[in-house]
Amino acid sequence: MAKESSLKNMLLCLFGVTLGVSALLGGVYILTYESIELAKKNEVNAAIAAVVPAFDNDPSVEIIEKVVDGKKVKIYPALHGGEPVGYAIEASTTQGFSGLIVLMIGFLPDGTIHNSAVVSHAETPGLGDKIEQKKANWSLQFNGKHPDNFKLSVRKDGGDVDAITASTITSRAFCDAVELAYKAFLTVTQQ
Amino acid sequence: MNKLQIITKGIIKENPVFVLLLGMCPVLGTSSSAINGLGMGVATMMVLIMSNAVVSIVAGAIPNQVRIPAYIVVIAGFTTVVQLMMQAYTPGLYATLGIFIPLIAVNCVLLARAEAYASKNSVLNSVFDGLGIGLGFTLALTALGAVRELLGSMSVFGYKFASGDGMLVFILAPGAFIALGYLIVIFNKLTKIKA
Repeated sequence: MAKESSLKNMLLCLFGVTLGVSALLGGVYILTYESIELAKKNEVNAAIAAVVPAFDNDPSVEIIEKVVDGKKVKIYPALHGGEPVGYAIEASTTQGFSGLIVLMIGFLPDGTIHNSAVVSHAETPGLGDKIEQKKANWSLQFNGKHPDNFKLSVRKDGGDVDAITASTITSRAFCDAVELAYKAFLTVTQQ
Repeated sequence: MNKLQIITKGIIKENPVFVLLLGMCPVLGTSSSAINGLGMGVATMMVLIMSNAVVSIVAGAIPNQVRIPAYIVVIAGFTTVVQLMMQAYTPGLYATLGIFIPLIAVNCVLLARAEAYASKNSVLNSVFDGLGIGLGFTLALTALGAVRELLGSMSVFGYKFASGDGMLVFILAPGAFIALGYLIVIFNKLTKIKA
């Protein structure tokens, strides 16, 4: 039967329970730590490989972290035989419809957008989530375009991008992140 | 009551979603597709079985006045264990369920079973109770997810069998309430006929 609820008993019991659970969590954390890091790295590597031409270095090791317009941007240079073949740039925006949108944009060395991938987002399913390439081919319109002669804003705002129907806010946010990634790209290449 | 009865009771007579109406937050939030519902259900079932077992073991040593905090610590601990496991071995599923996994800790189904069943019954019975209630929760979530996916995006378990976009409302929050309401009606109608 349950013990008497004296102060000593209660303290001992809660201490014992929390100690036991902490030990368990510590153990599981150590066991899973490597797998979690590996899974995260694989996810980033898959996104990089999807947006730049074939490379033979390890971009996640040669990562350059920059602050552009007050936002943190990660730049992964992709090299083939020592020559740069492209830059995968992870940029995020808070301009989306709900929460942070994180994109991976691949640029060729001359600044042309090669491909893009959505790393994470929380846009409305069925509407804003069309920015994902597996849901719709909307984001393919950026591929092969150079930001110098392709204005990165939706047509409603005088740009060259066709917005997703009923998701203008999401489309604007996407353009915003691509713009940020391009600025980051310029800071790396124009040195 | 034999073990099989304990399990079927959790699926039919005391189904946490359709009969007890417990833990509605994750039910409505994660059931936008059948696979999400299944993943969330299995994760909850894992936590439920482990927390039921541990609560049933330590219940005798816990003073009455601090039993709720002690149970919550146990449940939250196992929730984090499941979260870390999913993050490590099923990163894809973890990415979609994301913020709902830590919320298993505050799912009232778990505390209800710890308090109402596990603390008063043997370890083995508590494990079977966790399995039964967990299966009931999983089946309900999967059913709701399948219905919403079917009506909302014309597919089930990602397998698309009709073209078109479906009714968007079923993917969004209001569709979760509508679909759940009708499923509860159907479930109760069927179980009444049986009884």
